[in-house]
Amino acid sequence: MKDYSEINELQLDALKEISNIGAGNAATSLSQMIGRPINMSVPRARIAPFSEIADYVGGADKVTAGGYLRVDGDMPMGMLFMIETEQAFYFLDILFGNAPGTSDSWTEMHCSAFKEIVNILSGSYLNALAVFTNNVYSPSVPAMAVDMTGAILGEVLQTVGEISDYALILENVFIEKEKEITGQLFLLPEPKTLESLLKALGVL
Amino acid sequence: MSKEIIKVGMAAFNIATAPASLVTIGLGSCVGVCLWDSAKKIGGLVHIMLPDSTQARNVTNKAKYADTGIALLVEEMIKKGTTSSRLTAKIAGGAQMFNFPGSTSVIRIGERNIEAVRMCLKRLNIRILAEEVGGSCGRTIEFFTVDGLLHIKTINQGEKTV
Repeated sequence: MKDYSEINELQLDALKEISNIGAGNAATSLSQMIGRPINMSVPRARIAPFSEIADYVGGADKVTAGGYLRVDGDMPMGMLFMIETEQAFYFLDILFGNAPGTSDSWTEMHCSAFKEIVNILSGSYLNALAVFTNNVYSPSVPAMAVDMTGAILGEVLQTVGEISDYALILENVFIEKEKEITGQLFLLPEPKTLESLLKALGVL
Repeated sequence: MSKEIIKVGMAAFNIATAPASLVTIGLGSCVGVCLWDSAKKIGGLVHIMLPDSTQARNVTNKAKYADTGIALLVEEMIKKGTTSSRLTAKIAGGAQMFNFPGSTSVIRIGERNIEAVRMCLKRLNIRILAEEVGGSCGRTIEFFTVDGLLHIKTINQGEKTV
């Protein structure tokens, strides 16, 4: 496979399935962490040129908190968790046992807890993938940024940019029932990883 | 008639003539290179993502790289009637959004982008009039073809015009 634009519908569906399994595991972990039920929307898989990708995630100028980590080993890829700042504070208030609305700025403790959430989400997602593909995944410690969506995506997509003009984004949305809180988790596989995933799914 | 605002996406470019302006939203490690012909009031903006096309297997989108992107923009601006010797540049972006603790393997892509852009402009004898680069914040920029001014917006570090 030379470029993400070559992926067909059947393969996209298979990728959605795998991200559903991964994110299902992640949602369970998140739910245990904050002690509340977490639901998930049907995953979406998108292939788009770089110039359009920011529009798919709510616009390049929207301010979001992003937790990003790299996965090395057999299956190199990036993982990104994005959530609007106020929504992130809602999660964190629950986690800290505070009344919703308590947090209003990113203290060191907020950042650290946010990274921990990303850590747990990605860890459980990757565990599900590992069972499925029989590969070794070695995720890095997450890094975080609170800034424009476009700026966050630009850096995250840079590795993909070296090999493709298109980005493949597998997106899962987590929903906390009481307050329609949504966070998006993106899996950004490098082409080599994508091939392995498609082979494991029997669609390549 | 209201002024036209032309959007430039990631790894893309565009050219505008006065009174239109060129906008690119959310530059992170990417660099926005703005070229201006003060006589003809023609402006060009390329949103580059990567420093160097020579490492790439095949280059289908020239605007993605600093070297090919700037060359392409100059070429297209010449087609619109400018001459390369009249062009001046303003650049913004090249931040590092994510800082991985204790990791050296993560290439500082923002810095490499800035360096590559400076080198390419020097090679083409295009003078850089202003730089708003580095740091760790995202930038949204608007480039005015009327006066060649560049307006930069950030989330935490305010706005400025250079």
